[in-house]
Amino acid sequence: MQSILEQVGIGNYIILSALLFCIGAFGILYRRNAIIMFMSIEIMLNAVNLLLVAFSTYHQDASGQVFVFFTMAVAAAEVAVGLAILVSIYRNIGNIDIDNLKNLKG
Amino acid sequence: MNTTSLIVLLFAPLIGFLINVFFGRKMSKNLSGVVGTASVLLSFVITLLLFFSVKQPITLHLSEWFSIGKLAVNFDFVFDQLSILWLLFVTGIGTLIHIYSISYMHDDENMYKFFAYLNLFIFFMITLVAGSNLLIMFIGWEGVGLCSYLLIGFWYKNQDYNDAAKKAFIMNRIGDLGFLIGIFILGFATNTLEFSGIQQAIDVDGVVSTSGWYSIAAFCLFVGACGKSAQLPLYTWLPDAMAGPTPVSALIHAATMVTAGIFMITRMNFLFDIAPIVQNIIAVVGVTTALVAASIGLVQNDIKKVLAYSTVSQLGLMFLALGLGAYQVAVFHVITHAFFKACLFLGSGSVIHALHGEQDMRKMGGLRGSMKITYITFLIATLAIAGLPPFAGFWSKDEILLTAFHENKVLWVLATIASIMTAFYMFRLLYLTFFNEFRGTEEQKKHLHESPSLITFPLIVLAVLSALGGLISLPFGNSWLNHYLMPIFAHKEHAEHHLGATEYGLMAFAVLGALIGIGIAYNLYMKKKEVPTSDEVQGLHKVLSNKYYIDEIYMAIIVTPIYGLASFSKNFIEKYISKSVFGLGNVVSVLSIQGKKVQNGNVGFYLFAFVFSISAFLIYLFLIR
Amino acid sequence: MNISIVLILLLAGAAFTFFAGNKFASKIALLVSVASFVFTLYALNLYLNGADLSCKSIWIQNPKIYFSLAVDGLSLAMLLLTTGLLPLIILSGWVTKFENEKAIYSLVLFMAFAMAGTFLAADGLLYYVFWELALIPIYFIALLWGNGSLEERKNAILKFFIYTFGGSLFMLVAFVYLYQKAGSLEIESLYALALTETEKTWLFLAFFLAYAIKIPLIPFHTWQANTYSKAPAIGTMLLSGIMLKMGLYSVLRWQLPITDTAAKEFMPYILGVSIAGVIYGAVLTLRQKNLKKLLAYSSLSHVGLIAAGLYSLTIEGFQGAVLQMLSHGLVIVGLFFVSEIIFNRWNTYTISEMGGIRSQATKFASFFMILVLASVAMPTTFNFVGEFTILYSLYNVNIGFAIVAGTTIILGAFYMLRMYQQTMLGETNTKVFADVTIVEGLVLLVIVVLVFFFGLYPKPIIELITPSLQNILNQIN
Repeated sequence: MQSILEQVGIGNYIILSALLFCIGAFGILYRRNAIIMFMSIEIMLNAVNLLLVAFSTYHQDASGQVFVFFTMAVAAAEVAVGLAILVSIYRNIGNIDIDNLKNLKG
Repeated sequence: MNTTSLIVLLFAPLIGFLINVFFGRKMSKNLSGVVGTASVLLSFVITLLLFFSVKQPITLHLSEWFSIGKLAVNFDFVFDQLSILWLLFVTGIGTLIHIYSISYMHDDENMYKFFAYLNLFIFFMITLVAGSNLLIMFIGWEGVGLCSYLLIGFWYKNQDYNDAAKKAFIMNRIGDLGFLIGIFILGFATNTLEFSGIQQAIDVDGVVSTSGWYSIAAFCLFVGACGKSAQLPLYTWLPDAMAGPTPVSALIHAATMVTAGIFMITRMNFLFDIAPIVQNIIAVVGVTTALVAASIGLVQNDIKKVLAYSTVSQLGLMFLALGLGAYQVAVFHVITHAFFKACLFLGSGSVIHALHGEQDMRKMGGLRGSMKITYITFLIATLAIAGLPPFAGFWSKDEILLTAFHENKVLWVLATIASIMTAFYMFRLLYLTFFNEFRGTEEQKKHLHESPSLITFPLIVLAVLSALGGLISLPFGNSWLNHYLMPIFAHKEHAEHHLGATEYGLMAFAVLGALIGIGIAYNLYMKKKEVPTSDEVQGLHKVLSNKYYIDEIYMAIIVTPIYGLASFSKNFIEKYISKSVFGLGNVVSVLSIQGKKVQNGNVGFYLFAFVFSISAFLIYLFLIR
Repeated sequence: MNISIVLILLLAGAAFTFFAGNKFASKIALLVSVASFVFTLYALNLYLNGADLSCKSIWIQNPKIYFSLAVDGLSLAMLLLTTGLLPLIILSGWVTKFENEKAIYSLVLFMAFAMAGTFLAADGLLYYVFWELALIPIYFIALLWGNGSLEERKNAILKFFIYTFGGSLFMLVAFVYLYQKAGSLEIESLYALALTETEKTWLFLAFFLAYAIKIPLIPFHTWQANTYSKAPAIGTMLLSGIMLKMGLYSVLRWQLPITDTAAKEFMPYILGVSIAGVIYGAVLTLRQKNLKKLLAYSSLSHVGLIAAGLYSLTIEGFQGAVLQMLSHGLVIVGLFFVSEIIFNRWNTYTISEMGGIRSQATKFASFFMILVLASVAMPTTFNFVGEFTILYSLYNVNIGFAIVAGTTIILGAFYMLRMYQQTMLGETNTKVFADVTIVEGLVLLVIVVLVFFFGLYPKPIIELITPSLQNILNQIN
């Protein structure tokens, strides 16, 4: 029996994750709302995760999946910190539009 | 002569200088004068002994100085006929003037310094004369220039005097550069600076191979001589140098230092003999200087200025003789000139002393009565310089004219004109100072007095020498001087002019010329009793009063441009360079200011830059490469 | 014994001075400097008796850098200048009251250590380290104890620091390149290195930039006058008396032998630049109102002449240049000390506020006069020997160079005598001027005696330096 990977083909996985990554990147460049940008970053991250899993299966090597677990764990932590920052920004300036964040300049 | 006495001869004045410098302030004025005089007298006595004992040149090796490349320079001195002759009148007149100064400078608070400087001057003059190579001569050459600077500016509280001193030093330095270049050329060409060595080298290869360079060297040395001996175009310092005390003018700026150029050319006669072009230049420069200076002397009213221009003019005549190759004639005139010009300067000093510092002849007159000795000695010296027989000046000047007549008639005519002018302005000076009524203040008139014997004694001695000095080289064959100097000019054929009808005619003509000059002066200042006025002089007279505007011309074409260049450099070039250095720094800061704009705090922009750069990098890595 | 003892002595002396406290700092510094001078004389004695004083041990394994000090006549002469001037400079500091004396004297000793090291180092990197090390103390000396407002001072000193430091970086690049080529930075291996002419040209230019700024040659001199006038006298003396000579010495030791063909190729141009500097510096002095700036520009003029002697690539030029380095060091220190003495009395460097001093201070006037005369190269002074030799070497190259450079004796006399007239002569000044004190007199007397002694008897120095200069010349040819 063919595995899912063999049925779909590695090429499609690559295209899918590249598309996802581009969507994320485009979202980051295009949107000004920090939450949505945050989500775009998550999409990019997951595109990479998807690719890692796909290649891990392709190469019959589990270490890729181990990496994905790592990434997911780190991403979870990152979201926790990131959202906390966003909340504090919101409390300070009343919105989370990144165009208002020019005070970061030194 | 043993070495010790030679060393004493050399260093006695230096010891005198050191004593006066270090202990002068504690000594009484008379004592410092005596120390100064004694040290020079000592040198004079030893020179006299040398003079009578030495037949062959003796050399004195003190120590090595330095050697660079192939050139070795030592502290060597040579005492031959030429240097002994020069030493004789340098130390002799030096002694007289020291004696004179004891009285003359007695009222000055810094008298010990005066004697210190005078002694130092004599020391350097001895070094100059006795040095056996060009560089030792150069030590003396610069040293006498320094002493001249110190003594012209002796009354240093007056900035005008300091200006005059500075001018003298700098103009001399222009000549010194020429001298140095001459030294370089000779040193490079002959690998030695010893006079004897250079002479040998020139005898061997001079005329054949490198005579071009030797001519240039001779010309450079002549430039040096121009500076020191106040010839055109470097003579303007000498009249200004009269700012110094009168004994200084007599010693340095009339009798000794200014003849250093003539000494040097005489010493290097073998070099100048192979450079006929340079000799021609010397003759022309000499006669022009004689003429120019004499014409300026015609209208000067300051007693010392007249004498100064007369000195320049007489030096010009000596250079004429040098240019014509008649070295012994030039030497003869140097000696007689030293006698009568020193006498004249000291006489004028005596007058100035009596009038408490007045130097303007228009405020003198009638001093004949109250200053008998000064008057008589002054008269003798004036007759000598005017060229009346049998006084010393007649013989020496006549020899120069005679030589000029034989060589080049134009030079002879010009030199004769200069001589007539000399006779005129000297008698003008004499009449204005000693004859007619006294024109000064009543206060001065009351105090008119003959100077003390310390002043009159040197005057008398010098007057006697001015009267009889001609005896050393009478033109009737068997001249003692020519004979004495024979070894110095050994390499060339010796020509004493045979006295024929022409020569006697020329002598008579010269006397006649002098008498014409005296006659005009008599007519103007004795008969018409004219007193020159300063204001509203017209035409040529005005040009002469202003010394042909030469000082102004130098100011305009040399000094002002240098200051202009200085201002330009300081205000423009320096700023510009400074700016361009700062410019480099500014480039960095401009770049950083522009670069700072990238960091604008816009997160979107950062992200864009981030994504864009990564994409560009990836595209470069995977697609282009 | 080897020569590193002198360096150790200076370094330890610097530390000791600092820890001795303000009260004793000046005395201990003097003691150390005198001791180092005595040691140098002892080293000289050993050297003349044929002893080998060099010292070499491995400093860094990779890259291979040696702590290597070499001693020959030339470096000994420069060391003598350094340690000989040092006591005079320190003694001259006694006249001034400094704040925090321990710091300034220890910095002075530290700087002397660095400069002495520069003169002795025989390994490129070691030399470079000493070279840059010398900048640090003078930066602080000038910044903390200088004249004028702090803001002006900061500007002038920072400019000086960055300027010289920037120039030196090119030298570092040159050394890095040389290391790539030779695998070592030892001077012997650098001398032996075969380089193409293009390489030599670039190396020459890199060295030239560093040295032209340090010496300084025009148009790299703009730091000089400002730094001199802002630094305290003690710093100005160190700078003008010794530090300038580091650049000149390095030309002789490093630049010319390593890049010989380029040196020959560039000779006429660099001679032109140097001689232009002689005239330019002399002309600029005529418009200076500040005594220290005037002396700075006169120094520019003299140093240009020394550089001309070096770049003439003749043995006479080398000899004259080294002689003139020594004599200029002596005289310029004396002249800056004179300006400091006036400053201590009247609190001004402005020439127009001076005048009428001679009648009040005879001894001072005499010392000053002698220094002025030495500076204009009167025969029998040390400077005359050097200047004569340099001009003679220039004549050997081309008579035109000699004549143009020779105008320095006219212009020099002009500006120095003018300066003397304006500062010293004239009617007695209404302000009181006390004559020199014992300490001041001692410093000036030593300088004057040395100037005359070596003016009349330069032979020992000439004999000391000539063999090593001949070696360098052989290396070039």
